[in-house]
Amino acid sequence: MILLVDLCYEKGSLSRYEFVHPIKRILERSGHLAEALHITDLEGADLDCYDRAILCGTALQDNAYASHPDQFLWLKGWRRPILGICAGMQVIGSLFGGRIVPDLAIGLERVEIVACSPLLGGPGSIEGYHLHRFCVTLPEGFMLLAGTPERPQAFLHRDLPVYGVLFHPEVRCRFIIERFAVL
Amino acid sequence: MERDQVACLITLLSENEDSYMFHTPNVRWAELQARSMGIPILLRRTCGEKESELQDLRAALLAAAGRYSISGVVTGAIESVYQASRVQRICYDLGLWCFNPLWQADQVEYLRMLLREGFQVLISGVFAYPLDSSWLGSKLTEERIDELEALQRRYGINPSGEGGEIETFVLDAPLFRERIEIVRASVSYSGYRGRLQIEEARLVEG
Repeated sequence: MILLVDLCYEKGSLSRYEFVHPIKRILERSGHLAEALHITDLEGADLDCYDRAILCGTALQDNAYASHPDQFLWLKGWRRPILGICAGMQVIGSLFGGRIVPDLAIGLERVEIVACSPLLGGPGSIEGYHLHRFCVTLPEGFMLLAGTPERPQAFLHRDLPVYGVLFHPEVRCRFIIERFAVL
Repeated sequence: MERDQVACLITLLSENEDSYMFHTPNVRWAELQARSMGIPILLRRTCGEKESELQDLRAALLAAAGRYSISGVVTGAIESVYQASRVQRICYDLGLWCFNPLWQADQVEYLRMLLREGFQVLISGVFAYPLDSSWLGSKLTEERIDELEALQRRYGINPSGEGGEIETFVLDAPLFRERIEIVRASVSYSGYRGRLQIEEARLVEG
């Protein structure tokens, strides 16, 4: 079972249809069970029943996820595959020491992959859909997979199966979500 | 409907029948739909010139913010990155939230959901091969959805019409207090392009 963490501004928000449900559909269509929980419901939840987690993105105006970093401390010791998308990537990056900095991008952009990984494959270029006002700098202990250290578009922890992508693979490059499901 | 309140509808009346951004067939009748829902509507004309029509959309959102104190916008964008990203940009510039609850929805499932929920949808335009004139004026039914699904598989058309392949007009919906009855309409069709133009319509009970 894959955990989808809803980072949207409130439980039951209108945004979940846009940022959580599409990911759930992709996973279910490729034969994987997924369950979405809002970040406020994680405390007390049995996280052992999930074999991996995706931290979903949020609306452009939604920065609520950055207000309570203590809600994400469990990620450090969880030791299962984690994929952070956009806001999710920022959560992961800041948790491990990266800085959240302004970076506005709306729409399709080329994503230059600079290192090999099971998630993105080898170096090359893909098209990603971006919707963000911020990004996170490359934290210590992470390998840059795409972009630059000041503006990583994808990264991977060197010792843990923890990924972050700045763009939204549920819109373009759905293979990333499908690959993550079987890592 | 979620907890948020719908303050108003916003409709751009484009003079360009082939607008990249805005629905055009029968769009002026959105006013009747708004009346049926009891929701104010803000109408704004645009010449429909590509990209510059966005300035008209921006002005409309600004007017809505001023008149109705809106804090955000909800669109029906499903897969169109072209449209969604442009609305997102305008909302960002104006400090408005932007919600797209149909984003990346399965289009066929979405159409089936409309029928389940009680929407009555008229097909008012066709603009793609092999859609013939029999589509114009027909209602969205399970059979029509099956046909659209087959056309999607064979020709790659968008069943929801988001690419402009078909255009529709909602005659009745759960939010409508009265349904819309078309009193008079004209049809034009040629070379896999056609429209049903509503000339006269009214609200009726039941």
